[in-house]
Amino acid sequence: MDLTNETIKERLTGKFGDQLSQFEEPYGMLTFEAPAALNLKVMQFLFDDTELRFQFLTDLCAVHYPDQQGKELAVVYHLHNLADNVRIRMKIFVPVEKPDVFTATQLYSSANWMERETYDFYGVNFIGHPNLIRILNVDEMEYFPMRKEFPLEDQTRIDKDDAMFGRGGSGN
Amino acid sequence: MKLRRSSDYLNFLYMSRPVRFNVHPIKADIKDNISLSDMPEGHTGEGFFATSMNSVVGLARKNSLWPLPFATSCCGIEFMATMASHYDLARFGAERLGFSPRQCDLLMVMGTIAKKMGPILKQVYLQMAEPRWVMAVGACAASGGIFDCYSVLQGIDQVIPVDVYVPGCPPRPEAILDGFMRIQDLVGAESLRRRNGEQYKELMQSYGIQ
Repeated sequence: MDLTNETIKERLTGKFGDQLSQFEEPYGMLTFEAPAALNLKVMQFLFDDTELRFQFLTDLCAVHYPDQQGKELAVVYHLHNLADNVRIRMKIFVPVEKPDVFTATQLYSSANWMERETYDFYGVNFIGHPNLIRILNVDEMEYFPMRKEFPLEDQTRIDKDDAMFGRGGSGN
Repeated sequence: MKLRRSSDYLNFLYMSRPVRFNVHPIKADIKDNISLSDMPEGHTGEGFFATSMNSVVGLARKNSLWPLPFATSCCGIEFMATMASHYDLARFGAERLGFSPRQCDLLMVMGTIAKKMGPILKQVYLQMAEPRWVMAVGACAASGGIFDCYSVLQGIDQVIPVDVYVPGCPPRPEAILDGFMRIQDLVGAESLRRRNGEQYKELMQSYGIQ
């Protein structure tokens, strides 16, 4: 028996009711939105259920939507059922002022470094993560560079020698 | 095509090759064709030659530089071409690449240096013994290049002092050779006392180097 998107959706709505929303199938991949507080419960269900068996976390990343008031940061989980080779995508949204998300490291070991990376670039605070420090950027960095509040070319930056590029700076 | 005589066969052989390498090789002219550096200025007479210590040491240093390649990206590929037989950096006395900073006197930084790599580059520089020179090859090493972003060091002169900048993205081997010759000019003309001078100490201090 094949595991179809309809089956997954039925099982999820049977368990969580209307708490899950925004079911879509872009390019055939089931995608839905969950409340931030429920992320672990949904993933635990997807992991433990004998039929669903989403036991591999392929990817974990964040997206910054500066225009969505109160839900600026999205955290996206890509889950994979290796036995049936089926993938799904789960999104949760948190406000940028208080980007607290429960860590998935207890469930998926691969979440460890991916959550560190997501923290590094977007500042998502993963509660319960064993070692939530920067992974790729320099430790002295004081901001989260992939957030869209930072302009690509910031004229107030002091680490750039603008005199070499003829666009302001100390030279003119 | 039917080949009857051996001369036919030879003709066919020559005609079928559009590029005829080594058919009539030219003998290399090695007589009186050895590169020598010019003598420094001095007083000469029968059986003696007197000049200043500076120029003798400079002459020796500039023609036996040991480069340390610090290659991180595409400029490093150009440097490989520079070292290879066609451009042949060995002609300038830089035959020997040292892959240990302790032995080398010219640090050639080629490629993008990320901010996270800045301390490592500085450590390599500190491990080199005086006198040491630094060449920033390419736009990235000189200024950050196209990478105007949060992760890339905007020029290595933010961490270590640089003697010669070679522009280009990436620079051609000729440009790297030109930069190397500028380094040679600096080395040959450098005063023996420069590294003990106040100005040099101030420069080191400005980079936090004792």
